[in-house]
Amino acid sequence: MKVVSVKNIEKIFKVGKSTVTALRDISFEIEAGELFGLIGPDGSGKTTLFRILTTLMLADKGTASVDGFDVVNDYKQIRKRVGYMPGRFSLYQDLTVEENLSFFATLFNTSIEENYDLIKDIYVQIEKFKTRKAGALSGGMKQKLALSCALIHRPSVLFLDEPTTGVDAVSRKEFWDLLRNLQQQKITILVSTPYMDEASLCDRVALIQDGKILDIDSPKGITKKFNHPLWSAQADNMFKLLTDLKSLVEVNSCYPFGQEHHVTFKDVRESVNDMQARLHKLGHTSIKFKKIEAGIEDCFMDLMKG
Amino acid sequence: MNVISVQNLTKRFGSFTAVDQISFNVEQGEIFGFLGANGAGKTTAMRMLCGLSLPSSGEAKVAGFDLYKDAEKIKKNIGYMSQKFSLYEDLTIRENIRFYGGIYGLTNAEIKEKTASLSHTLKIDDKLNTLVRALPLGWRQKISFSVAMIHKPKIVFLDEPTGGVDPVTRREFWTMIFEAANEGTTVFVTTHYMDEAEYCGRVSIMVDGKIDALGAPQELKEKFSAKDMGEVFLKLARGAKRGDD
Repeated sequence: MKVVSVKNIEKIFKVGKSTVTALRDISFEIEAGELFGLIGPDGSGKTTLFRILTTLMLADKGTASVDGFDVVNDYKQIRKRVGYMPGRFSLYQDLTVEENLSFFATLFNTSIEENYDLIKDIYVQIEKFKTRKAGALSGGMKQKLALSCALIHRPSVLFLDEPTTGVDAVSRKEFWDLLRNLQQQKITILVSTPYMDEASLCDRVALIQDGKILDIDSPKGITKKFNHPLWSAQADNMFKLLTDLKSLVEVNSCYPFGQEHHVTFKDVRESVNDMQARLHKLGHTSIKFKKIEAGIEDCFMDLMKG
Repeated sequence: MNVISVQNLTKRFGSFTAVDQISFNVEQGEIFGFLGANGAGKTTAMRMLCGLSLPSSGEAKVAGFDLYKDAEKIKKNIGYMSQKFSLYEDLTIRENIRFYGGIYGLTNAEIKEKTASLSHTLKIDDKLNTLVRALPLGWRQKISFSVAMIHKPKIVFLDEPTGGVDPVTRREFWTMIFEAANEGTTVFVTTHYMDEAEYCGRVSIMVDGKIDALGAPQELKEKFSAKDMGEVFLKLARGAKRGDD
């Protein structure tokens, strides 16, 4: 069953005298129980799409349904069924942790006790601060409280807008483990993130840039489509290697990737030995080329070029 | 030559020790990565080094000036940008350059010259009179970096400069960092992207207010038998006792 279905959605904003197209002809579907990632940088349209699907904003064109209900006509039904964690902390800062949670439970005619099993793993980590005002919590704690509040009415679909932005690598990993556990509770999850490395943790992802979907597939499906041979390059002087590779006519693209550069050549049959010789002439030492598999970020950058 | 030298720098808030006797040196022209989990004490340490917060104890010199006596001189000799605070959104690019140039005491002629050279190198000739609010984030961050460098500071502090930026722009941004360092500017940078930690000459990792590891990425990877900096970070930060509360 399709739990989220989006067809030809378009959204245009007026900014002063000009207009900005935030979403262009967006279409995709999410199956029940899927962990679906919306991967793209700031300003790519992720939040606008979340707002439309959670019935907080109307699209200019297109249709969408969530859990079988139309986002325009059946918005009241949708609001009962979805959990939404916005990118910006939106709980009541002057209520305590426990007051916030019981407030959200009451809004949905339920109680903390009734659905405690669902939030237990998350809530136990902040329970010792339950009398603290939400505004006085740290970033990580706020995030856990917001997730608890979004879950307390046992939603069938969970919308998480950039839950890991600005969060360190360790906490990010813990958060994704939490999501995997929630998925086992039969909750469909739509999560957005600007971190490309998180794509591999999703069942399927949509890569989004400039309001357009670049590709939708499983993470493996996306990386398989990268259709030119990809090489990693290393040498003693990595910065010079980057500028030199970029200036060579034989090179199609060259991007720094941590401890190596990822390179594609204009001619797929390009000989690595010839490349090494060229770089050697330019004064490089310890030059190493290695054939590698493309990652999501390689694909994203390739697709960005159109 | 050291442009930052820090000995036993400590900051306490009541009974809580946010930064606990950290010591390190940063050389001129180095790209120094300042890593740590949320709540490890990075921001507090950075605020002290920028002359915005007085240490509780310890010694530090930044750009040759003492943290206690010459905080104002430090501010004149450093540049700063972060993801959260960069340019004024309700001013145009030209007005932002004018504003920051004025703050740092550039003459009108110098500001004019800077405006021209920036618009040329960043290819924003036709955007100079656009409000910053209307620019994509990646552009804003690149312009913001150039503006933070407008007074040719000895050191530039970058606090998560690439958060949320698209992957191509993120790399263009790092190319700008490499170029600045090549020209002798010292770069002090924090990031949550572990691939970016690999671009630094040396990296320090803070855990619970202390510096638990310091060295070139290659050294740290060998020391912790890790395949990349992400793994080094995970190994160290997992040992953190204090949460980010």
